Amino acid sequence: MFAYYIDLALRSLKRNKVLTALMVVAVALGIGASMTTLTVLHVLSGDPLPGRSAHLYYPQIDPRDMNGYQPGGEPPGQVSWTDGMNLLRAKRAHRQALMTGGQVPVQPTQANLDPFYVDARYTTADFFPMFDTPFEYGRPWTAAEDEAAARVAVISSSLNNKLFGGKDSVGQTVRADDVDLRIIGVLGDWRPSPHFYDLYLGQYGENEDVFVPLSTSQELKYAHSGSVDCWGAGGQDNMKTAPCTWLQFWVQLDTPADAAAYKSFLTHYSQEQKALGRFERPPTVRLRNVMQWLDYSHVVPGDVRLQTWLAFGFLLVCLVNTVGLMLAKFLRRGGEIGVRRALGAARRAVFEQLLIEAGIVGVAGAIGGLLLAQLGLWLVRQQPVDYARLAHLDPLMLVVTFAVAIGATLLAGLLPAWRACRISPALQLKAH
Amino acid sequence: MDILPILATLRRHKITASLIVLEIALTCAIVCNAVFLISQRLQRMDLPSGVAQHELVQVQVVDIGDRPDAKARGEEELAALRAIPGVKAVARINQLPFTDSSWNNSIFLSATQTQPTLNATMYFGVDVLKTLGTRLVAGRDFDPSEYVEYRDAIRDPKLAPHVVVITRALAQKLWPGESALGKTIYFDPQTPLRVIGVVAGLIRPSLAEGEHAAQWSTVVPLRFSGGGSYALRTDPGQRERVIAAAVTTLKKLDTKRIFRQQRTLDDARAKFFQGDRAMTGLLVGVIVALLLVTSLGIVGLASFWVAQRRRTIGVRRALGATRANILHYFQTENFLLATIGIVLGMALAYGINLLLMRHYELPRLPWMYFPIGAVALWLIGQVAVLGPALRAAAVPPVVATRTV
Repeated sequence: MFAYYIDLALRSLKRNKVLTALMVVAVALGIGASMTTLTVLHVLSGDPLPGRSAHLYYPQIDPRDMNGYQPGGEPPGQVSWTDGMNLLRAKRAHRQALMTGGQVPVQPTQANLDPFYVDARYTTADFFPMFDTPFEYGRPWTAAEDEAAARVAVISSSLNNKLFGGKDSVGQTVRADDVDLRIIGVLGDWRPSPHFYDLYLGQYGENEDVFVPLSTSQELKYAHSGSVDCWGAGGQDNMKTAPCTWLQFWVQLDTPADAAAYKSFLTHYSQEQKALGRFERPPTVRLRNVMQWLDYSHVVPGDVRLQTWLAFGFLLVCLVNTVGLMLAKFLRRGGEIGVRRALGAARRAVFEQLLIEAGIVGVAGAIGGLLLAQLGLWLVRQQPVDYARLAHLDPLMLVVTFAVAIGATLLAGLLPAWRACRISPALQLKAH
Repeated sequence: MDILPILATLRRHKITASLIVLEIALTCAIVCNAVFLISQRLQRMDLPSGVAQHELVQVQVVDIGDRPDAKARGEEELAALRAIPGVKAVARINQLPFTDSSWNNSIFLSATQTQPTLNATMYFGVDVLKTLGTRLVAGRDFDPSEYVEYRDAIRDPKLAPHVVVITRALAQKLWPGESALGKTIYFDPQTPLRVIGVVAGLIRPSLAEGEHAAQWSTVVPLRFSGGGSYALRTDPGQRERVIAAAVTTLKKLDTKRIFRQQRTLDDARAKFFQGDRAMTGLLVGVIVALLLVTSLGIVGLASFWVAQRRRTIGVRRALGATRANILHYFQTENFLLATIGIVLGMALAYGINLLLMRHYELPRLPWMYFPIGAVALWLIGQVAVLGPALRAAAVPPVVATRTV
């Protein structure tokens, strides 16, 4: 029966090719536009570390003076050197890492390569196991190397390709800002997106190429980049004592109980610092996990959200258009429907037939929409935005595209089909 | 044209008629807001920079390693760059417009104030105003004696500069209706700065604080070496040559360094606004697609109606209606539907604007945008209905005498 209905629907659609084409094109355009923007929104609000992100937390405390204090305000998005080191040394979490961003000049030994700048991350040993970074060669550095401010570095696989042609470079040196660093590890393909652990340096940008112990970077006076937020007065020439927040601190807490305990530790720490006179504000602490932190930081660009709304508005217009066209088409066949009803077809059967016709328009619209979405995503990839390379359709979005297209068209077919199957057979037969 | 018979007919096609009205209303609402968004982007891309936009180039070089002789080398480089033929002025400046990363300060109006009045950017370097071509509208530029070494200033607040040049927009914001000359601002309680000059405009390097704050800039007399960028001013036609000459000159003085940026300020500006340009293109695309889909929908439904009423049209023609009467009938019908749709669309456009205002910090939709959507949809409707209406007018009266 289903096959017969499909045959009927195809015949009916063929009878009026222009109207059918109009409906399919409208659905395809609407679906294409909304799926393009929805895919971009989907990849941008994705989980950078699936499976681990729920256990990674970003502690925030408020070390500022009373200037500009407002009760209920949010603490700063980073920590100062003193607090970062205190929290790091307290070792109250399963793992913890203190970090900040920077840029260092790399001076290749090859004569044919000019010195160039790379993004660097200055961090502590737990960074690698905590974020589960893959290693192509070698190993991360140890806590002892952190303490000793060892002249070591972990480099990205792209830098390894550039400098050493992709060969195992462990034990070699990389010259950064006139200092030789011994390479102890080469990362595998690792590019968490968004760049969650430091959102101040491009939210969907490339990862760093050089990772150096935080202590080493400070001894060598490597250039810092990223957000620096200061309060009060006083010199900023020594960032270790300056009243400024400029580092990110991440912890791994495996159970909700651990997280609750850590949060009370943060409150306790803030009270203690206030008693010591370092903090002035009442303790304000936050402990957000990765996804909460991304959500709080509004990491998805406003333009992308706006585009999604715009595309769905467009889809709505396309669907209203389809409802109108389908209604016109079905009602025009009033005579035929009247005859079938008079010959004993149940209202339900007519309704089903018409819905199948709508469904076929939906399938054709979905295929057209998919092609248009691929074109749309290709266009997004040509855009000069840092998330351009991420705009690809994944299997989930492929299924969603089909489901949305067919679902929306069926929904659009409901009213016309209902209206058409209520045609009174007697009236139609009389008119003929 | 009698409207009542049209309304009577439409009442018999309530669902179809309301679908057309709904489609027109939605399209009208989205088009109004999209045109408004486009105008906002165009306005942003058109923000005045306050500098000699087409005459400036940026060359940024960075040293490798610690260079204790940075100051002497800086002077040598400046002299060498000045000697390049065609170069009118050179300065080492901490930041340049359209570079997206900026140096900002809280501004206080008294030493005891606890909440800053606002946040403004800070340009510094020697001869910043002269090199950038920023026009003074009141007061004076800095005296050579007023410049302070950056290293000294950050080490000891007492050594920090005590004079500042600000933009007219910032002056008006801080002291509305008053002259800013001689007034004092504070970056922090220990650093009072007396306003000695007001410039017409100087855009911030980043618009992160919003477009209303785009011109909140200060210039202070700090001298520094290492870091920042060289800004060179030349004739628009000489820019590419000057960039090449500057790079060669700087390379000759020292090979151990990295060139991070070598471009005209026009290029920097184009790159800075490329996101806005892309969004504008996208919005135009959406408007075109919407109007296209809506007009095709009108064509489809009007054709259906014409086909359905063929016999009625034949009867009317047989009873003496002219072709023009039939044509006008369908045109008026479309005009009526479009008008209802547009009225609903206006209300919807206003609602969407309220939502956008809440979520995207957009200003209120000015009334002048409503007629744009209305005219667009009236036109689209009339163009779309013309084909089917002409076909209707071509129906011969003889149809009335035939049975279907």
